[in-house]
Amino acid sequence: MSTEITQHSHAATLQTESHGHHEGDHGHHHEESFISKYVFSQDHKMIAKQFLITGMIWGVIGGLFSVLFRLQLGYPDMTFPILEDMFGKWAAGGRISNEFYYALVTMHGTILVFFVLTAGLSGTFANFLIPLQVGARDMASPFLNMLSYWFFFLASVIMFASLFLQTGPASGGWTIYPPLSALGQASEGSKLGMDFWLVSMAMFIVSSLLGGLNYITTILNMRTKGMSMTRMPLTIWAIFFTAVLGVLSFPVLLSGAILLLFDRNLGTSFYLSEIVVKGEILPNEGGSAILFQHLFWFLGHPEVYIILMPALGMVSEILSVNSRKPIFGYLAMVGSLFAIAILAFLVWAHHMFVTGLNPFLGAFFVLLTLLIAVPSAIKVFNWLTTIWRGNLRFTPAMLFAMGFVSLFISGGLTGIFLGNSTLDIHLHDTYFVVAHFHIVMGVASMFGMFAGVYHWYPKMYGRYMNNTLAYIHFWVSLAGAYLIFWPMHYFGLAGMPRRYTDWSNWQSFNMFADANRAISTVAMVVFAVQLLFIFNFFYSIWKGRKVTTQNPWGANTLEWTAPIRPGHGNWPGDIPEVHRWAYDYGKDGREFIPQTEAVSDSESKH
Amino acid sequence: MTGILITSILALAFIVIFQIAKASEYVSVLKGEEKAFQQSNRINAFLFLSFLVLGLVGAWWCNKLFYGKTLFVQPAASDHGEKIDNMLWLTLAVTGLVFFITQILLFWFAYKYQYSEKRKAHFFAHSNKLELIWTVVPAIFLTVLVGLGLYYWFGITGPAPKDAQLVEITGKQFNWLMRYPGKDGVLGRKNYRLTDASNGNALGVDWEDGSSHDDIESTEMHLVVGKPVQLVINAQDVIHDVGLVHFRMKMDAVPGIPTTMWFTPKYTTAQMKEITGNKDFVYEISCDQMCGSGHYSMRGIVIVETQEEYDRWISGIKPQYKTVMEAKAPAASPAADTLKSVSMPPAAKPLAQNLTVK
Repeated sequence: MSTEITQHSHAATLQTESHGHHEGDHGHHHEESFISKYVFSQDHKMIAKQFLITGMIWGVIGGLFSVLFRLQLGYPDMTFPILEDMFGKWAAGGRISNEFYYALVTMHGTILVFFVLTAGLSGTFANFLIPLQVGARDMASPFLNMLSYWFFFLASVIMFASLFLQTGPASGGWTIYPPLSALGQASEGSKLGMDFWLVSMAMFIVSSLLGGLNYITTILNMRTKGMSMTRMPLTIWAIFFTAVLGVLSFPVLLSGAILLLFDRNLGTSFYLSEIVVKGEILPNEGGSAILFQHLFWFLGHPEVYIILMPALGMVSEILSVNSRKPIFGYLAMVGSLFAIAILAFLVWAHHMFVTGLNPFLGAFFVLLTLLIAVPSAIKVFNWLTTIWRGNLRFTPAMLFAMGFVSLFISGGLTGIFLGNSTLDIHLHDTYFVVAHFHIVMGVASMFGMFAGVYHWYPKMYGRYMNNTLAYIHFWVSLAGAYLIFWPMHYFGLAGMPRRYTDWSNWQSFNMFADANRAISTVAMVVFAVQLLFIFNFFYSIWKGRKVTTQNPWGANTLEWTAPIRPGHGNWPGDIPEVHRWAYDYGKDGREFIPQTEAVSDSESKH
Repeated sequence: MTGILITSILALAFIVIFQIAKASEYVSVLKGEEKAFQQSNRINAFLFLSFLVLGLVGAWWCNKLFYGKTLFVQPAASDHGEKIDNMLWLTLAVTGLVFFITQILLFWFAYKYQYSEKRKAHFFAHSNKLELIWTVVPAIFLTVLVGLGLYYWFGITGPAPKDAQLVEITGKQFNWLMRYPGKDGVLGRKNYRLTDASNGNALGVDWEDGSSHDDIESTEMHLVVGKPVQLVINAQDVIHDVGLVHFRMKMDAVPGIPTTMWFTPKYTTAQMKEITGNKDFVYEISCDQMCGSGHYSMRGIVIVETQEEYDRWISGIKPQYKTVMEAKAPAASPAADTLKSVSMPPAAKPLAQNLTVK
């Protein structure tokens, strides 16, 4: 006992020391220039906002692309002269050309998966929440953290520039399978646009690695006194596993991308063998196009969990806070995150059941893939039990968290179809897949991101977003998500292939024209409502209702013990000490008990 | 002009919504935050319940609209397809049950446990028993699904029967080419460097290999009903995918790596016309792997017919080798001799040289 006390006091001294040191370092806070405060900032909170706003800009671009190609899918017979005015030869005669369609689809996927739901989601909330929720003044390395954003910015600039190339951006699908992506002869988008795509992704991966290493280091080393791993909020656990996944899997994509660059520009044959393209006989022999798919999906599958897991964590936190109840089965929630993280590495080939993969090998991937349903089921049932007999406050964040659970169930269950190789033979690359991943990875993670933005907005800007706009945003988005993607399951069960610009020449797939028109209309409405959200976001930064209390949601976690508008360093005095887990809501008749409150003798055990 | 009109209408709608939203914020300040919160909470709770009811009705309505357009209403056209349909129904039953239970609970709880001043949240942090139940029960269901799935999977991907008909299908941007082995039952050797579409050798067949001489090429796939067929699948330029939606089958075509799949067609095209009641019915081959700007138009046709019809069709087609040689030496017409000779026919020599130079 006495040693423990010494240790504690020792730690306290260390912390005060580092605190003093820190103040010395940044004594010039008040004269911080515009550049160092808003541009090359090393404050994790500012970097988080940079990620968020860049992500939102990308979100609008990526969303707009989907509206454009939905025009083609919904109204294949109509012409839109305005498109020709805007895009010239890409929409000659007011119709989206095939090349343009595939470029739009490819960039929609790339932008949403990487730039919005990876950088925009993880980048924002990992940066914002880790130091605030574990009780640290900043990230382990604020400088690397800053670089992480600027590499992302560089990646963004390169990707954005590729949109303006004469031959257009990459157009082989976001999975950029060679040989299509390797051969300029095979597709316009595989010319210069593909090189831009690859270089941009390389920069993106550097950004992601710098960020990820920082997140892991900070979580492992910089937790405040008393913040043992098992007292961390689930947000931090989720971000931790996300960062580990990213650090271990992104380098594999980098190697895949570099080999593809070699094949494209240096005449190597990693992915190319025995190819005759447009009558031209290529000399490459001995490569394997399937090798790329293994490298790609070794990242690509963990990537979907990189997208999803921060949302899982934030939703757990927000459901608990707004149910005024502890999260049900905290350890099971951590355990299931861990299981999902491990399994994420062992299932990549379920994207490749019909590539000619050895069926015996495929069997293992079926087993491991369907195993993921078990931790996912645990999470769903635990969430349901969390809200059961709660006292639910439907803040905008809570609405989106509830919507997330609904979408996670809907999209998760269809994964049980696709993970089963027998069914995948039939459903692979049909609209069933489109419906599945858009619901579970796209819309659900987006809902997690919105929940996070609404919940932590008061901490970010010291103001609230407008509630009425948020309610409209939520209900239209939820209804829209189901209206858009629910019918697509039926398309898929009719065998309708994805990535087709037009089905009218097909006897087997020409019967969904009406449904496609309806979907396109809904998609436009949903997109408009997202603009409402963006407007609400920026308007509220300056004009939103001011936050007047330090802890507006009555939450237990540490970020709500910091000042309403925390400066660089987060807490003006000592870093708070933690005495309990983050989920003592409704315990012993008390509404909530912050993590900083010491455990009293009279408290009941749980 | 219409553009400006639409933009201004949208802008107006935005402004109206925004003004309402702002006004509601002022109202909530006047009314008192607590009271305004309780009111909006009740509305949202009610909306959750409404969403559940409307959602269930919507799901039923959607099913009514689209069920008849799915493949559920026609039998699978291959034996493998029947297994896949069984698996599909079983999975649908299990996941459907879970779907309805969990969604109903979620939205019902949202309504039932909405905020009330009187209610105290029930402190309930964990229960090993409950957690064990919802770990073990899904695990059992999944074991069944995995077990049955793999049983079917190994059946479908296992070796083709010995008597299976052999058909080669090759994908290129943006169409399909078929090759049949002829009487000897062996497909002639290929070398991609010999590909020369303008001289009748679109597939790069090596005419030096005697077994290529009776091979038949076609743009249609003809299959015999009730007879297993093994497809050998190739691609020339980029990855394609042989999607046979009515047979519920699919396999990628990868340049440099031949793949295979086999199945037994159950109904002739004519029979399917009757079953589906669609006189235009045709088995289609769709490319199911993104392959470039013409991907959506990469369509092929399968004709399933009786053995007699098939025999009649195939005997009416001249082997490709013969066609090429006749084109090379139209005057002499020595095709009958060269057909039997295994050695390099003189006529083919310039062709091969031509290619190697290239």
